Amino acid sequence: MEKILLKNIDVTNINDIDVYIAHDGYKSLDKAFQMGPAAVLEEVKRSGLRGRGGAWFPAGMKWQFCVEVNKFPKYLIANADEGEPATFKDRPFLEKDPHQLIEGMIVSAYAIGASKGYIYLRGEYPTGYKVLNAAIDQAYKKNMLGKNIKGSDFSFDLAVHRGAGAYICGEASALIESLEGKRGQFRVRPPYMATHGAFGMPTVVNNVETLVNVSHIINGGADWWGSIGSKDSPGPKVFGISGHLQKPGLYELPMGVTLRELIYEHGGGIKDGKELKAVIPGGVSTAMLTPEHLDIKMDVKSLQAAGSAIGSGATTVMSEDACVVHMVWRAMAFFYHESCGRCTPCREGTDWMVKILARIENGEGRTEDLKILEDTCHTIHNNCFCPLGEGAVNPVLSGLKYFRADFEEHIRTRGCPKGLRARARH
Amino acid sequence: MITLSENTLQEIEKAASKYVDRKSALMAALWAAQAEFGQLSPDVIKAVAEVIGVSSAHAQGLATYHSLYWKKPVGKYVIMLCTNIACTLMGAETLLEHLEKKLGIHEGETTPDGMFTLQEVECIGSCGNAPAMVINETFYYDLTAEKIDGILEGLK
Ligand SMILES: Cc1cc2nc3c(=O)[nH]c(=O)nc-3n(C[C@H](O)[C@H](O)[C@H](O)COP(=O)(O)O)c2cc1C
Ligand code: SF4
Ligand code: FES
Repeated sequence: MEKILLKNIDVTNINDIDVYIAHDGYKSLDKAFQMGPAAVLEEVKRSGLRGRGGAWFPAGMKWQFCVEVNKFPKYLIANADEGEPATFKDRPFLEKDPHQLIEGMIVSAYAIGASKGYIYLRGEYPTGYKVLNAAIDQAYKKNMLGKNIKGSDFSFDLAVHRGAGAYICGEASALIESLEGKRGQFRVRPPYMATHGAFGMPTVVNNVETLVNVSHIINGGADWWGSIGSKDSPGPKVFGISGHLQKPGLYELPMGVTLRELIYEHGGGIKDGKELKAVIPGGVSTAMLTPEHLDIKMDVKSLQAAGSAIGSGATTVMSEDACVVHMVWRAMAFFYHESCGRCTPCREGTDWMVKILARIENGEGRTEDLKILEDTCHTIHNNCFCPLGEGAVNPVLSGLKYFRADFEEHIRTRGCPKGLRARARH
Repeated sequence: MITLSENTLQEIEKAASKYVDRKSALMAALWAAQAEFGQLSPDVIKAVAEVIGVSSAHAQGLATYHSLYWKKPVGKYVIMLCTNIACTLMGAETLLEHLEKKLGIHEGETTPDGMFTLQEVECIGSCGNAPAMVINETFYYDLTAEKIDGILEGLK
């Protein structure tokens, strides 16, 4: 597939607005302003674009809810928190090609009727902070942002809000709390963000990659864009693949590429010619899969049917050298660290599970531990405010489902066959 | 009593102008204060809270909620080594041990000469070039023990 999203990523100084414009940048604004907001919304709906932040909600439908609310100003927020472990797909847009995101945001805001925008950027990307701010300044100078953009009757203001290291702030409602200067904690819906979002106003939160796609839909048309990749969840996608691979990295591919193609064609196969043991297809909060699942398509429907999820599309590969127990322990240490502490099952459950997983890994596991792990997962499931807790159980349950023998071996032989240990963590 | 520099105050006002509610600039204000003082001590947090117009307790709550705000003094260089799954698969834990031995401190501590703080962190979005770390604002990729030795040598 010819690259669409990453096409200009290696062009020297593509972060400079003149270079960006010379590469056909900001072209979609003219077309969008000609079409009018309703037609732009219709085009995005027709394209089948689904949000790339993890939940894969249809973008056009989310926008429609917001359009229908008669309350102003409306807000559009780009979710650049990129907190899901092993996810690094939004970073190139934030650090190298910022105007592609800004352009996508302007067109989207136009369709939604939003006059204010923020990019909620994770604190871990200081370069992105500088690059985005510089790009926004340039865009204001060229009247791509601000009042009456390019002589139209549309005005849009944009600023960067910098996070400071909290995974939960990537969840859309927690993000808004954080934007408002509070601790980022999940908001119970209703009220929905379409009516009561940022500062009590109608708000749309979309992932960076979702927004980046919008100008391409407008430039190339919904028919062309929607014909790429999988029917169920079409379009191009930046897949970040990591772990035991010959060629880990970012690959822009059509949705619906199989895990096998992703790992063996693009990722060059398993590192050092080893055997594949397990794959996490969509970030740490998605269930891991096995070599049996290699022919599954990377799209929403297929991964769901396989008992997992596409999540952020961050695929992490483990070879036979990996210890699944160790990886599940490390994943749980992450969730324990990031639990906001509001619901007891999530706060206490992740704590317990780190401790149990650590003792299994360190040779002090007991036979009943696996049952305790499962029970704890079931207690968390459906008993938490937000999906962070739900995500935390996936590595454990999928680990036990496919690699139970590994857990049992740890308990029986009183230690990790690979000689690994779980560290005490703070 | 701590007073924020003119520069920091200006930065805070600039941030505040971007929102309908000045409270939204609290995170930016904490960033600016951390840049000036190197850490967010209770006194610094109190000064920030006053400028923004929130209670000290609120600002304190926000500061402790986020892992990138330093609540105690840190070294001249803060080494943030990722040990999340992609980096762990590629050997980050051995590198953590290597760093602990080399610096003579445990994870979370600062060397007695105040040069280095060693911090284990969650994913820093560099998983395609794991293992990875950040020192202050510079990223280092595809790390090995030898590479780390060279990097630290260059910082002395
Ligand atoms: C714990 C948690 C963390 C999340 N982190 C992110 C994130 O870093 N980036 C992101 O785009 N979405 C993240 N999401 C998903 C958002 O809540 C939301 O669905 C998304 O930003 C909507 O954008 P989209 O429709 O374009 O995908 C997270 C969700 C949860 C539950
Ligand atoms: S599930 Fe966990 S992270 Fe989510 S609100 Fe409850 S305690 Fe907080
Ligand atoms: S897991 Fe280490 S950078 Fe992502």
